[in-house]
Amino acid sequence: MAKNGALKKLLIIGSGPIIIGQAAEFDYAGTQACKAIREEGIETVLVNSNPATIMTDPGIADRVYMEPLTEDAMIAILEKERPDGILAGFGGQTGLNLSMALEESGTLARLGVRLLGVNRDSIKRAEDREAFKELMLSIGEPVPQSAIATDMESCRAFAREVGYPVIIRPAYTLGGTGGGIASRDAELELLARRGMENSAIGQILLERSVAGWKEIEYEVMRDAKDNCIIVCGMENFDPVGVHTGDSIVVAPIQTLRDEEYQMLRDASLKIIRSLEIEGGCNVQFALNPENSEYVVIEVNPRVSRSSALASKAAGYPIAKLAAKIALGYSLDELKNYVTQKTSACFEPTLDYCVVKFPKWPFDKFGAASRKLGTQMKATGEVMAISRTFEDALLKAITSLEVKLEGLRVDSISRLEDGALLCKIDACDDERLFAIAEALRRGESVEALYARTRVDPWFLSKLANIVRIEKALAEQEMTVELLREAERTGFVDNEILRLSGVSRAVLQDIRIYNDIFPVYKMVDTCGGEFEAVTPYFYSCFDAEDESRVSKREKILVVGSGPIRIGQGIEFDYCCVQGVWAIKELGYEAIIINNNPETVSTDFDTSDKLYFEALHTDDVMNVVKKERPLGVVLQLGGQTSLNLAENLAKRGIRILGTQFKAIDLAEDREKLRLLLGEMGIPTPAGYSVTDEAEAFAVVGKLGYPLVVRPSYVIGGRAMQVVYSDAELKKYLEEAVSLSAEHPVLIDQYIEGRETDVDAVADGEDILIPGLMEHVERTGVHSGDSISVYPPHTLPNEAADLLVEYTRRIARRLNVVGLINVQYAWAGERVYVIEVNPRASRTVPILSKVTGVPMVKLAVAAMLGKKLRDSAYGVGLYRKMKLCAVKVPVFSGAKLTDVDVALGPEMRSTGEVLGVDKDFAAAVYKGFLAAGMRIPLEGGFYVGLRAPDQSAETAETLREYERRGFKLYASEGTARFMEKYGIKAETVRFDEVMRKTGEEICGLINVPEVANKPGSNSFDIRRKAIERGLPVLTCMDTAKAFLEAIKLKKAGVALQYRTLEEYLGDA
Amino acid sequence: MNGILYLEDGTAFTGKGFGARATRVGELVFNTSMTGYQKILTDPSYKGQILNMTYPLIGNYGINETDYESEGIHAFGLVAKDIALSPSNNRSVMNIDEWLSLQNVPGVWNVDTRMITKKIRDEGTVKSVISTEGIGFAEAKRLCDESALRQDLMKEAGAKPRFRMEGAGCRVAVLNFGIKTSILRALSARGLDLHVFPYGSSAEEMLTIEPDGIFLSNGPGDPAEATEGVETTRALLGRAPLFGICMGHQILALAVGGRTYKMKYGHRGGNHGVRDAYTDRSAITSQNHGFAVDERSVLARGMVITHKNLNDDTVEGMRHESLPAFSVQYHPEASPGPNDSAYLFDRFIAMMKGGKA
Repeated sequence: MAKNGALKKLLIIGSGPIIIGQAAEFDYAGTQACKAIREEGIETVLVNSNPATIMTDPGIADRVYMEPLTEDAMIAILEKERPDGILAGFGGQTGLNLSMALEESGTLARLGVRLLGVNRDSIKRAEDREAFKELMLSIGEPVPQSAIATDMESCRAFAREVGYPVIIRPAYTLGGTGGGIASRDAELELLARRGMENSAIGQILLERSVAGWKEIEYEVMRDAKDNCIIVCGMENFDPVGVHTGDSIVVAPIQTLRDEEYQMLRDASLKIIRSLEIEGGCNVQFALNPENSEYVVIEVNPRVSRSSALASKAAGYPIAKLAAKIALGYSLDELKNYVTQKTSACFEPTLDYCVVKFPKWPFDKFGAASRKLGTQMKATGEVMAISRTFEDALLKAITSLEVKLEGLRVDSISRLEDGALLCKIDACDDERLFAIAEALRRGESVEALYARTRVDPWFLSKLANIVRIEKALAEQEMTVELLREAERTGFVDNEILRLSGVSRAVLQDIRIYNDIFPVYKMVDTCGGEFEAVTPYFYSCFDAEDESRVSKREKILVVGSGPIRIGQGIEFDYCCVQGVWAIKELGYEAIIINNNPETVSTDFDTSDKLYFEALHTDDVMNVVKKERPLGVVLQLGGQTSLNLAENLAKRGIRILGTQFKAIDLAEDREKLRLLLGEMGIPTPAGYSVTDEAEAFAVVGKLGYPLVVRPSYVIGGRAMQVVYSDAELKKYLEEAVSLSAEHPVLIDQYIEGRETDVDAVADGEDILIPGLMEHVERTGVHSGDSISVYPPHTLPNEAADLLVEYTRRIARRLNVVGLINVQYAWAGERVYVIEVNPRASRTVPILSKVTGVPMVKLAVAAMLGKKLRDSAYGVGLYRKMKLCAVKVPVFSGAKLTDVDVALGPEMRSTGEVLGVDKDFAAAVYKGFLAAGMRIPLEGGFYVGLRAPDQSAETAETLREYERRGFKLYASEGTARFMEKYGIKAETVRFDEVMRKTGEEICGLINVPEVANKPGSNSFDIRRKAIERGLPVLTCMDTAKAFLEAIKLKKAGVALQYRTLEEYLGDA
Repeated sequence: MNGILYLEDGTAFTGKGFGARATRVGELVFNTSMTGYQKILTDPSYKGQILNMTYPLIGNYGINETDYESEGIHAFGLVAKDIALSPSNNRSVMNIDEWLSLQNVPGVWNVDTRMITKKIRDEGTVKSVISTEGIGFAEAKRLCDESALRQDLMKEAGAKPRFRMEGAGCRVAVLNFGIKTSILRALSARGLDLHVFPYGSSAEEMLTIEPDGIFLSNGPGDPAEATEGVETTRALLGRAPLFGICMGHQILALAVGGRTYKMKYGHRGGNHGVRDAYTDRSAITSQNHGFAVDERSVLARGMVITHKNLNDDTVEGMRHESLPAFSVQYHPEASPGPNDSAYLFDRFIAMMKGGKA
């Protein structure tokens, strides 16, 4: 059967903002799906509220709606577009839930839209725990003993029956939100209650714990003819008990005998057939290592994070094939994209080992518990490939950018034996390193297996790494030892540190004996067939397969794993950069290590190196390819941080040079420079003791921004308003010393504006300005920001355009530059200069139609902006308003505060677009998933600096809209002064009323992120109940716009980006 | 201990040796399976071959007492990128190094197995020397040049004296070319009464048991060398429903007057898709063969092609247009590899019970 000819137009649902459990992998999947459908001549309509994605860029889908992923919006869009079908399997849980809702409400049937790739029954059977269990039992597949509960009594009864530990999973959630393992009654009470609250249908699953068993996953595909294949099997280093998103995962499966492998393969095929999925699915098993008994843990009836990983690990583009299958193709009539000759109906065989390592946000969230469990905490991941497990593992660790270059962690090697064992038992993000340390101290593999249930195979491999550490430290350096260390994955710095050999000597041994990495191809077939994919990884082996072309090449350094502060937007910029380089006639080479992204898709660049973004690894690729130059300004701070090392080694950096980068990034140097140029910037000093700090207070007065030059324990930047606060900060948050000074800056309270520009060394082009809704003091990544500025006066705008031009000119910026300004009523201050791509680049590119990255790359290669169609200076204002609203994964990290502050906490963002500010901000809040209440009560609790007339005005508006206001005693007094009625409530009353009478919080705390404080608990509770928590008065004011429109019953209009731009 | 691998064309690899201290000359082939090394090494069809595994980490789950496809290792040597000396599995009784020593088979590791694979892919399977005895390349070259590779290994592999595996179901006369235990197990599990005849048995001998069906097994070597087997099969054709696997499939082709040919580097692995022309369904198959059936040669001799390889369009299965006889090139018994094609054994039973292939 060939493709279904009746399909002329299809709608694809994206996954919306990045949150923990739903990251860049869906941009990759959706982009692949759009491309696969488009090449069939079918019109594609895409809906996604996430502006940082490649999939929402012109040229991927035919019609792009950057609109909220709500049922209302979908109905309106479906009515307008009337597609023949809808692809629900590419937008994660968001896309799946939305399609289910549309199917269930009869919308799809009414409009004659077919649900492709999945059907309602199969989603139901895979996602509804009870239905799934029944299905598994009917096909003879074992599942853990379990029960469904919607009340506490049945939970207790189940625990009595099967005993502890018991696993709790809420139905219909992502990333295991609200799940956990209970080992005693009290934990059961807590987790079960929270689980029921988190579930969309108030339902949880209680399950016999198979913690400690091996966790094995299969990525399965099936077509309408019932042909099935396994794309990749994967084994978790961490046994069952740690969410697979938080586990180190290895591909292919390492420790299963063929019989065990086939037993689980057979089960996977049986399951996908029983669910009648046409496309891809992921099946997770627990396997008892003692007797090979297994149970099915979970099935994801769609492409997922695991399928993105499997696609990159095996070189088999699952989403692309899943899209083709949804169109009616069968696997055996499709070709393997990698070999282009052999069939897609086969099972990839790997001749390398792949290690995925999670990237956790604990560096940002000092207060968060690092314990890993069934609730996913990682924001992203890295992947590494090599010919041995050890090398792949060590490469993955280097790729994390946590300053680790091996298995040795100082803080862990300082632990006493007892504390070390406790650390291992704690099962946190550093368990791997603690295990390695135990091995180093002579603990046996058997003992550690008994303790951790990590398979002895993995432990022996760690022991092997430790053995070589020891050899490097104790033995004389020999060529043999160096070769072995290289093969095992030791990076240069680690070899130097352990052996004490000098870099020059190491380099000599290397050169004399020709010990350099070679590059091997990922080809899906273990070398059996010739492949054309330009997808490479390094290893220490004999043959180098990467053939270097004679063309002029440019190397783009990617942005690594998704983390807070460095999200998918930089992958967007890298991909755009690669495309621009190709268009200009050069060979585009990318080096990156994030398996979730479009940049590491094998057909994005001309050549892909899947490597750590470490100086050594980048230099090796440079040595191999001899590019014309390297682009570092697109991959965020990750790639920019390489500038110094590459510049020192004489590598040509395209665009802005290292010296300028350094000037912009060093606060002191920048302050001097701006001073010289007569551009205002907040005054600031660096202090090393309390006396010095208070001397600065004398000079600058309050409020002040304080931050350590060296971050300890995660508590970083803060705005202080009084001596007491400053003293407290200096005592609690930082350890002051000569080596670790604290930076104190004048705090400019004002309106913040982001300016992104393209510069060519002479002129600049500013596509548009984005003004923040929240005042200075809130991290720009966490601010709501608005294009075009909604309050900034023209003369201020002119001033920042002029300042940006002068700064760009002075730093000789070629390419992209981002400058953050504060406007304090009279003067404009420069807060920050980033000589690189920024979070706002994809947004501005999309809402103005100015292809910023393309112009930046052209500038780096010598083209002049004056000659482009977009001209120079400030670009014309579009007749639309776009509002970026940050999205927090507050529900995932239960011990993290949601209060806004100078430290970034959001994981993703959405864009609300409409013709005016009110509608756009309303859409932004809707897209961010904020519940917008129409009635009920708001609790108001404000710190002193915010108890102002302006605040009173906003609160009065809430009162006027019919909301009952509750307030803490102090805040109530303030409100009374302004004639606003408020019921005074105690904290315990607020706790009780939250989610009942109280439907939202307006709470500006003195200090954010202090677990244990009363207001922290209230905010947590509100977040867990899904209530709006507004922690800045400016946000509260903007939120009123949404309330007003919703109260007025305004019917929103939904348009494609092109339609909005067309009006301009 | 050093280990070397010397290829007839002069290419030489030095790695580390493991297993037995020995030197062997054999045909160098590669296998792309990621699991099943123990089953592969004990599969009699690998007799005479030096096996290069494309998956780099070999020996992870150790050696156990159940994964035997025959009494011991048949391959002449093993080449791997990395071997696990500390394996992990609940059934493991020893590691791969110990096992190869016990079985007197040499192994070489820490060589670029992907480079070796690509060489075989580009130039075809090649006569090679594997040694862990510290011999030099000159010595290896001499050994290589002096040795001729035997092509009639099925005669040895299938020589086991006649034996029976009793069953309550249909009686099957099995002609042994070097049969894998898993095939016997798959047939036996379906209740068949198996009489296994050694290579060289005549049709008369086999018919004395009045079989309900004939089964032709897998085995090593060039099928064209199995003249006795071909003759016996020709005489058996039409006397009872017949099913052949791998070499059995090639023997059936030769028996009807078709031809087989040596492939450049064969199919060895567990991941090829094969399409069944009648059901229009495709399955992932377990493969191990270096020879294939020439399609046109059998089409002219009354055979119908039932299965094709999705990658290279080679013949993977056929049946006789009028007689009850069918065969497949791949391995429905899997071991190692996917179990997707086990239905073929049931098809054989149905045929014996009066159905059609």
